[in-house]
Amino acid sequence: MLKSKDLLGIKELTAEEITLVLNTAAGFRDVIARDIKKVPALRGKTTVNLFFEPSTRTRTSFELAAKRLSTDVINFSVPTSSVVKGESLIDTAMTVQALGADFIIIRHSSSGVPHLLSNKLKASIINAGDGINEHPTQALLDAFTIREKKGDFRNLKIAIVGDIAHSRVAKSNIYSLTKLGAKVRLIGPPTLIPRNIEQLGVEVFHVMEEGLQDVDVIMMLRIQMERQDKGFFPTTEEYVKNWCLTSKRLSFAKKDAIVMHPGPMNRGIEITSEVADGASSVILEQVTNGIAIRMAVMYLLSGSRK
Amino acid sequence: MKILIKDGHILDPSQNIDCRGDIIIEDLKIQEIILKPGEQHQRHKENIRADKIIDANRHLVIPGLIDMHVHLREPGFEYKETIKTGTFAAIKGGFTAVCCMPNTNPVNDHESVTEFIIRKSKQEGFCTVYPVGAITKGQKGEELAEIGTMKNEGCVAFSDDGRPVMNSTVMKRALEYSKTFNVPIISHSEDLTLSEGGVMNEGLLSVKLGLRGIPPEAEQIMIFRDILLAESTGGGLHIAHVSTAGSVKLIREAKKRGVNITAETCPHYFSITEDAVEGYNTNAKVNPPLRTFHDIEAIKEGLADGTIDVIATDHAPHHVDEKLNPFDSAPFGISGLETALGLCLKLVQEGVLTKKALIEKMTVNPAKILGLNGGNIKTGSLANIVIIDESKEYKVKAEDFVSKGKNTPFDGWTLRGLPICTIYKGIIYEW
Repeated sequence: MLKSKDLLGIKELTAEEITLVLNTAAGFRDVIARDIKKVPALRGKTTVNLFFEPSTRTRTSFELAAKRLSTDVINFSVPTSSVVKGESLIDTAMTVQALGADFIIIRHSSSGVPHLLSNKLKASIINAGDGINEHPTQALLDAFTIREKKGDFRNLKIAIVGDIAHSRVAKSNIYSLTKLGAKVRLIGPPTLIPRNIEQLGVEVFHVMEEGLQDVDVIMMLRIQMERQDKGFFPTTEEYVKNWCLTSKRLSFAKKDAIVMHPGPMNRGIEITSEVADGASSVILEQVTNGIAIRMAVMYLLSGSRK
Repeated sequence: MKILIKDGHILDPSQNIDCRGDIIIEDLKIQEIILKPGEQHQRHKENIRADKIIDANRHLVIPGLIDMHVHLREPGFEYKETIKTGTFAAIKGGFTAVCCMPNTNPVNDHESVTEFIIRKSKQEGFCTVYPVGAITKGQKGEELAEIGTMKNEGCVAFSDDGRPVMNSTVMKRALEYSKTFNVPIISHSEDLTLSEGGVMNEGLLSVKLGLRGIPPEAEQIMIFRDILLAESTGGGLHIAHVSTAGSVKLIREAKKRGVNITAETCPHYFSITEDAVEGYNTNAKVNPPLRTFHDIEAIKEGLADGTIDVIATDHAPHHVDEKLNPFDSAPFGISGLETALGLCLKLVQEGVLTKKALIEKMTVNPAKILGLNGGNIKTGSLANIVIIDESKEYKVKAEDFVSKGKNTPFDGWTLRGLPICTIYKGIIYEW
């Protein structure tokens, strides 16, 4: 059982709760591998995708997960809603709830928005990414993928590479992987790694080859082009020279290391095509596992509400 | 009408009065102060005739407090606060004079706006309002506003509060130019290039909450710049809302060198840390941001050793809907007038400040910095007096604020020491 009616972040979960989600997802992973991919578990429930930021993959993944659990799904996207007419966030969310939503999947550019709604609404709020805070289902699907490939977290060295400071994926993964007992390293230019972050129980490296030494898992993050415009690094070329995951850099990791990326990838910037499409890459498996994880989260939250 | 305040503990740091006594008020003015040393807790037997007798036995009787940093929001943002509601909140909090910052709409960068504020406050206000004029036209930080003309109209200081003057040359000129008119320049010290996008203190907690940080350096760099400019120009500089340990240190060192500066902090900077932001509490979103325990300690030291001259509220009322926005987009500010005195008295209860030192920072010190009459209890002057029940414990209830701004991180706190009576120009407000 999950303690809360909502999934706001990994920060709020215990290791046991994370493991419960992973175990539950394993069952759904089998379901979605079948020819008939749907179960009636949540028939009659309503899911609303409330996305205030553009997203294709996460929204689609949640939509599929909700449909495979037999809930009715509505996509409430910003440009077509009354938000553009100046409606407040709370009013929009209250309206969605009044329409009968049991699950509200929310993505917003401001950190803490799922928490704000959680206090105001009875529906289960699932955080699909809030500002630079968290993206919990991404971290759960990453943990699921790692566990499938590597088993026990306690002996693993995992490197997260790139723009840590602005990445909600990195934040959720730091919480999840440290709670599960893995050793987490962060790699990137000092301008993209917050000071004090070691206090979360991670190691920080700036030279990629040093950080990748003997790691079991490499998680690459998307580099957003606007970071260069804002001066976090001088040029894309220099970023590539120092922090792009190439085959050569990959060789510093363990031989059987896996390479992950939450997508969408900037090929040739944070990762070369050779690595992205290579034998170590599990990037597409992450996508498939994402549906199973999101089904598990909805299923468990539905139980915690009774 | 003749009013007698009987048997109170009169404390007026400006005249070194710290003694039991009576005050007689007639025709809006203080007619007589009868000090009764040596009569601790004995009822005075003589009978003074008066129309109204206020029994102040066991209560503290002090000059009406002066808050040199508030936002009254009028003109332009009357849905947040008006001169009427803001000055009533002041009276309730024990203040009989407030200085209102110029970031209204239109900005108080012209004598006509100054005139409007003063006229409106005389018509509708409950206490005295001293406007603070903008340093630059439109608070844009580019061209100086008509400081001389606005001073003649009633502005007592100049500040672009809410925004810094980023251009150092403009700030230098303001400090030079204002000398002619003998008015202080109040610095809202914030390097916008460092604070850009920030919504709380930069540190581990901002990382954990995924909120963008405002580093202490954003404040300190500008304080240091303005100290250097004040030093070279000899202009009068007052540093607003000091929030960091580093700022206290810079100001202390400058004062030691003899630079002509003064400084203020606000109750929230010595009462709560950034932890109040946890749970994305927009009522704890304030600029400069709430800092750490280490900063609180340094600010208390700065208050105790006189580095920080004044406690002001930076009363910044907002509409409840605005504070219901996501943390990033909610406005900065705390509604402070009605909790200030209780939070400040904690400094006395904790032994950080003597009662006299505290009252000094809320009466005579701001009066001196701004060249105001008041902040004292003197025979012949206007009767602006506050009576405080120091032992009264009460629970802060934001919904009961008379200010339109209910935005406080102190809702539900228990405080000790409450103004039970504020007398402004002979008018009695009892609570």
